[in-house]
Formats: sequence, structure tokens, C-alpha cells
Amino acid sequence: MAPPVIELIRVNRRFLTPDGKSLTALRDFTMTVEAGQFVAIVGPTGCGKSTTLNMVTGLAPASGGEVRVMGKPVTGIDRRIGFVFQTDALFPWKSVLNNVMAGPLFRGVAKATARASAMDWITRVGLAGFENHYPHQLSGGMRKRVALAQTFINKPEILLMDEPFSALDVQTRILMQGELLKLWSEDKASVVFVTHDLDEAIALADKVYVLTSGPGTVKSSYDIDLPRPRVTEEIRYEPEFIALSHKIWNDLREEVQKSHGVKRES
Amino acid sequence: MSSMSPTLEVVRTDSEIEAAAAVARVRRGRMVLAWQLGILLFILGGWELAARFNFIDPFFFAQPSAIVLRLVTWIRDGTSLGPLWYQVWVTIEEAILGFFWGAVAGVLVGIALGRNKFAADVFSVYIKVANAIPRIVLAPIFIMAFGLGMTSKVAVSFVMVFFVVFANAFQGVREADKAMIANAQILGASPWAVTRNVVVPSALSWIFASLHVSFGFAIVGAVVGELLGSRYGIGQLIAIAQGSFDAAGMFAGMIVLIIVALIADYVMSTLESKIVRWRPQPAADM
Repeated sequence: MAPPVIELIRVNRRFLTPDGKSLTALRDFTMTVEAGQFVAIVGPTGCGKSTTLNMVTGLAPASGGEVRVMGKPVTGIDRRIGFVFQTDALFPWKSVLNNVMAGPLFRGVAKATARASAMDWITRVGLAGFENHYPHQLSGGMRKRVALAQTFINKPEILLMDEPFSALDVQTRILMQGELLKLWSEDKASVVFVTHDLDEAIALADKVYVLTSGPGTVKSSYDIDLPRPRVTEEIRYEPEFIALSHKIWNDLREEVQKSHGVKRES
Repeated sequence: MSSMSPTLEVVRTDSEIEAAAAVARVRRGRMVLAWQLGILLFILGGWELAARFNFIDPFFFAQPSAIVLRLVTWIRDGTSLGPLWYQVWVTIEEAILGFFWGAVAGVLVGIALGRNKFAADVFSVYIKVANAIPRIVLAPIFIMAFGLGMTSKVAVSFVMVFFVVFANAFQGVREADKAMIANAQILGASPWAVTRNVVVPSALSWIFASLHVSFGFAIVGAVVGELLGSRYGIGQLIAIAQGSFDAAGMFAGMIVLIIVALIADYVMSTLESKIVRWRPQPAADM
């Protein structure tokens, strides 16, 4: 059997705060992601959820333990990885077309090819006709669509998403979740999706990891065997969904309360 | 039922509202212009009358009519240094050369140090020291070193411009969004591509803000250099007028400078809006 796509084996991550103190964000963190699997990570704010993603990209090295991508240790930024950010990471000085084209151009694809493929992706995320708009002329949901196109155009085998829809209003968020599942089902990349929204995690993922409050480690994991394709607008009313949500929330609630207790003391 | 009177029941269409707003806008624009002209007239008129009736001494403070006459003479018959256009051109040429090289050097050094934390830490102390020198003080040194010709004025303009542009380029690079840089890196950008596609564009609005200010500084540098010693230029015109107690000539030189600076500012604004096209335009208030 092929090795898992992502393995984090007893990983620690410490970093220095600006005033020179060492802070542990993650300890003894173990997680595997199989090929084509959609994994979601939930946990209280500040528990190191995003740190897990940064270690997979190679932007932040692990302080201990091992991070392996496709069976090999991570040494730098891996070209097979795509990343969708929480904040707006689009380039505001580039039009939609140039934003989407950026990835292929950075990777040395010929301009005409990159352009054609960008137009295709812009159409696929439903933004045909907006190629020449600048990000500031688009709504939050449309900018997220551009971000998805910008990431998917590189055909990532691994897709990392850091609370990508958290800044959107609830209706737009649910639409974008559906959009994401549609795009994902066409290419079947392996996905790690970080969120603080448990319903979002269950609606999207095959497997949900619950993290403890900081320093984060895996508290528990749940297989989500809801059938696919899923309709994100409807799925949250299914009895199986509600039962799962109940079960996982019991786990998560404890950690959320703990993280708030810690915050009040400090 | 008095509140249902027909005067309160006016139904206005969008086009009517827009037309009314357009009329109001034009009227307001005229009002502003009228006030501006009124204030100018008041100041110039007051000055002229005060000089005529000897409330102020026209020998020291000149009077608008004399200044205008002097400008007319300069334009028609030339100045004591030759044609007025030549003096203007000399000053502009010095300012442009100093501005150009100062801006280029400032942007390059600012971006290079902004992208390299270690070099920035090493050089920061020297930059602070250099920045603490009042730049104008360098003018006599440059004139001694480079002579009365154009080089010394270009050098003064250069140092005036360099530090402003450098500080802004450096800051602009530092302010570049971390997520945006990470995004570019993951999309596959090389360090050079990150600089070109993310860092420089995001520093550009800082750099432009500084260019705007520093063209004024470039002119100051050129004129100060000319005042201290030169053969041609508006600064030299003013220096000669000062030497012969010619107040009208000094003011006339100043007005030529103001016109040059305003035109330069206009050109900068136009260039800026052409290049930084992606920036959102503020929506008009009702």
C-alpha cells in the first residue's frame, strides 16, 4: 500500500515570542491523511490548528518529531501543495485573471497556456465576465472563489485550508462549502481543512480531529461516514449529522471551556 | 391629514435625484472657486494698497504690480543672466537629475535592505547618523567639491530626495502582507518573483507618497545650491536680486519657483493615478 499522503508523527512546535520567550504551540501531535481523504481539524481558538498546516507547507519547521509528505520528510515548500488562507491573500494590484494566472506563471508555464487555463478556472468558479475586475471590486464570497481558482489551477495533490470561509456570512459560507466539495470531487486531492466551526467540519470531512486547547494535541478523532455527494445546504438537518455533531461537541466543549478559563486567568 | 399635503408627497425618480445632485455639485464647485479668488484678490489688493499708501515699505516688501512688471520684463527682455526660460530650465534640470537618481537609489537601497533583515540591522546605525545631518549643510561642501556648475546642485537634490524615498521604500517593504507573501511562495514564486509581484507593488503606494513630497525637496536642493553659488538658475536670480536690494526681483523669482513646483506636483499626481490603478476609488458621498 502507498504511504499516507501526510504524516505528522509526534510533532512538537515551539516558537519564540517577540519578547524572546519560548512558546509551545503543538506537542506530541500525530495525524495521518490518506490519499484523497478530506480531513478537518477543529479546536478552540489559539490551540495551534493553523500551525499544523504551516508545518506541512514547510513554511514553519517542526521543532521535534517528523512531518512527512508522500512518504518523504518535508524540507521546503512542496509544489504539490495548495493553500487557501483565512485572510485575503489575493494580490490587490492584479486583476482576477492575473491573480489566477499567477501560480502557473510562477511555475514557468507559458503565458498563453496559463491564460487559457486561468480563463477555464474562472469560469468553473462562476466568475466568467469578471476577469478584468480587481479584488476590491468583488464581494467577499467572490474573492474566495478567486482564491479557490488561484489554488486549484496548480492542480495540488494536497490542499491545505486555514479557516478559509470564516470571514464570510453564514449563507455565503454554506454556498462556498458546496462549491468546494464540487471542485474537490473532480480532482480528489487530499485535504486538511482547519476550522473552528464544527458543523462545517462534519459537513465537509471524512474524518474530524478534535484538538485540545493550547499547547494543542489530538484529543480524539471521528470518522464521518455520511454519504457523498453531500448537499451542504441540507446535510445539517439529517439525523446522523445531528447525532455526530452532538457527540463531537461534547469533546470540543470541554476544550473550549478550558481555553477560556486559561484566558481569564492570564 | 395636513401631513398628506401635496408638497410633502413629491415622488422623485432616480434621474431627478441625480440631476439635482449634479446641479448642487456644480453650484458648490463655483462657490469654492469664488471664495478662493476672493481671498487671493483680498491679499493681493491689500498688499498693493498697503504699499501704495506706505503702510509697508515697498523697498523691502515690494508690491504686486512691481512684481508683475518684473515678470513681464523677464519674459520679454530676459534677465541679467540671460533668458528667463534658460534659468528655469537649469533649475528644473538640476532638480530632475537629483530627483531621478535620488529616487532610483532610494528605492533600490530601500527594497534591498527591506528584504534583508541582517543587512538592515547592520546599516541601521549609519542610516540614522546620515539622516541626522541637516541635508542643507551639505550644500557648501558639495559646491566646494564639485564647483559652481550643475553637479553640485544635482548632488544636493540627490541627498534631499534619497533619504525620504529610502525611508518610505524600506517601510513599504516591511509592511508587505505576510499572508500575501506566503501565498505567492506556495503558488511557486521564487524570492525574486516574490519581490517583483508582491513586495514592490505593495511598497509602491509608500514610494509614490514619498516621490510626491520629494520632488519638492529636489527643487529646494537645487535652489539652495544655486543660492550658495552658481552661474545660472532661479536661485541665482534670487541671489542677485538680494545682492542689489531688489525686492520685486526676489518675489518674482519666488513666483517662478511656485509655478514650477505646482506643475511638477500636477505631473506627479497624473503619473501616480496612471500607475497605481488597482487602488479602490472612494465612493462619492451624497
